[in-house]
Amino acid sequence: MDNLQLMIYLVAGGSFVLYIGISIWARAGATKDFYVGGGDIKPYIAGAATAAGWMSAASFISMAGMISFLGYDGSVYLMGWTGGFVLLAMLLAPYLRKFGKYTVPDFVGDRYYSDAARVVAAICTIFISFTYVAGQMRGAGIVFSRFLQVDVVTGVIIGVVIVFFYTVMGGMKGIIYTQVAQYCVLITAYLVPAIFLSIMTTGHFLPQTGMGATLLPAFADGQTDVYILDRLNGLLTELGFTAYTDGTKSTIDVFFITMALMCGTAGLPHVIVFFFTVPSMHGARVTAAWALFFIALLYTTAPAIAVFARTTLVQQIHGQEYKEMPQWFTTWEHTGLIKVQNMTEDEHGRITLSLHDNATENKVELDRDIVVLANPEIAQLPNWVIALVAAGGLAAALSTSASLLLVISSSFAHDVLSKVAMKGRLSDKAELLIVRITAGVSVCIAGLFGIYPPAFVAQVVAFAFGLAASSFFPVIIMGIFSTRMNKEGAIAGMISGMTFTFTYIIYTVFINTDPGIWWFGISPEGIGVLGMLINFTVAFVVSRLTSPPPAHIQELVQDIRMPSITEK
Amino acid sequence: MTENSIKNELTPQNYWKENLKILIILLSIWFLVSYGFGILLVEQLNKIPLFGFPLGFWFAQQGSIYVFLILILAYIRLMANLDKKYNVSH
Repeated sequence: MDNLQLMIYLVAGGSFVLYIGISIWARAGATKDFYVGGGDIKPYIAGAATAAGWMSAASFISMAGMISFLGYDGSVYLMGWTGGFVLLAMLLAPYLRKFGKYTVPDFVGDRYYSDAARVVAAICTIFISFTYVAGQMRGAGIVFSRFLQVDVVTGVIIGVVIVFFYTVMGGMKGIIYTQVAQYCVLITAYLVPAIFLSIMTTGHFLPQTGMGATLLPAFADGQTDVYILDRLNGLLTELGFTAYTDGTKSTIDVFFITMALMCGTAGLPHVIVFFFTVPSMHGARVTAAWALFFIALLYTTAPAIAVFARTTLVQQIHGQEYKEMPQWFTTWEHTGLIKVQNMTEDEHGRITLSLHDNATENKVELDRDIVVLANPEIAQLPNWVIALVAAGGLAAALSTSASLLLVISSSFAHDVLSKVAMKGRLSDKAELLIVRITAGVSVCIAGLFGIYPPAFVAQVVAFAFGLAASSFFPVIIMGIFSTRMNKEGAIAGMISGMTFTFTYIIYTVFINTDPGIWWFGISPEGIGVLGMLINFTVAFVVSRLTSPPPAHIQELVQDIRMPSITEK
Repeated sequence: MTENSIKNELTPQNYWKENLKILIILLSIWFLVSYGFGILLVEQLNKIPLFGFPLGFWFAQQGSIYVFLILILAYIRLMANLDKKYNVSH
């Protein structure tokens, strides 16, 4: 085993020991500990845990690469996945905290005085969370196989065992503290290579300002006044692409996708659940600020990595001789993340690599994941940085999986079994046992998804956001901001919004993939917004045609709008 | 009771109205920086340089995120004052 492999084993293994140690220390003793960590967590702790739970394997491994190859169009992810926290902080989190239960279906069931609404919400939660979790386990498996050279199956099994251990033992209480540790690992792993890259290419310590700075002469043919973005725009137009800072998506599509991601983020149960863990409405607002701060550290760095990486890749690959490429090129060519199409020697026996959009010979195809995974090697950073990136990718995958599994198991055990199917017949202790068993079973199912990924994993992510935006987001907003909204309106709204979104996504993703048929040019990723508008409209009309909610529900709505004097 | 004193009474209804007013102001800014500067007006703003960034591109990939954070901090501050005024903070 070489030095690098040993280092990776040490760093990744050390991080696992840390997570398991924390979860033994923070065991759950009661259902309240399991669901919401006891309900008295400090906002900055809850904020860091939210951030870790929110930033998935895809955020860590793929996002910078996606932006790198999309340029301006990648902004939808940056704004969409951060702007949702403004909505959370102002429109949802404080009131849901005041309501003071354990889950999103809990709120829907109580506010709309209906077990049917509760079960529909629980099923949506479980569906959304499972589509999401499959990708996480797969992400963990990929990191294991690329960095630790174990096969994906072994990798997934190791991931399952670790998540099983701390989710089942600690519930929210274990998860929240483990996720704080995971946040620290993943953000360090993300920032360190980015700072190195920024200093290397522009001399700026902060990647956020580096991406708007001038290149060091070594990267700009000796000139000192070339802005990196201008350089990149120039390189890409020469290669037959659109300039980096210009988009190719239509304005309406960018608008709708951003909106769907924002509202979807605000409606995702595994994000909302962390706001139940802090002691007050004020605490929930502060948690949102911390969460966004921790997330913003990564989300403002990602576009900078994207720019540095794209520029470096083009300069190091295009027009170069294949046989003289550095070690990293060969290493990642073996893993399949770099491919050279139609390799042909010219009359001098040279293979000149090309990144031109229309190249027919020696065209290099780069997988977007290479931007984060191979950056440390391309920038020739020390081995411990590479080991850190591996540990960071695992931390991102494990933390998001744990949050999702918690939400799945509490929706099932608490909302479906305890509140509806076996109403009043479950003791606290029995419920705790059941939620642990459910969590255990869900981890195993998630592991199976990771080992045998359904072919549509990548495509169904649009589902999670679209469905959250067209179901939970409007239903919760109306539950807080309208005292007149009743059971009939909410159920009709949820069903019509979701059915529309679901059908549109299925049709455009699986049946007729021609973008020409998109309504108003809106892609399946952005259609949740239209579903949301349908939900709002249908709910409004139906609620006005039926009787208002009972007086005690109207009082409940008044009550959650404002902190009470006795609230601690 | 005059209309003015009803308006200034510390009732839950007035708390809610003040909350909504704060929301409308802050969410207008939220909309303006992201959907306005980052998407709808991006081409016009891109003609203005900010160091090495085209301005619209900067709002879409950096600026909007900073503004989001400032907005939440402002909301915390404004609501803390409101809680105090209505004597509901703990």
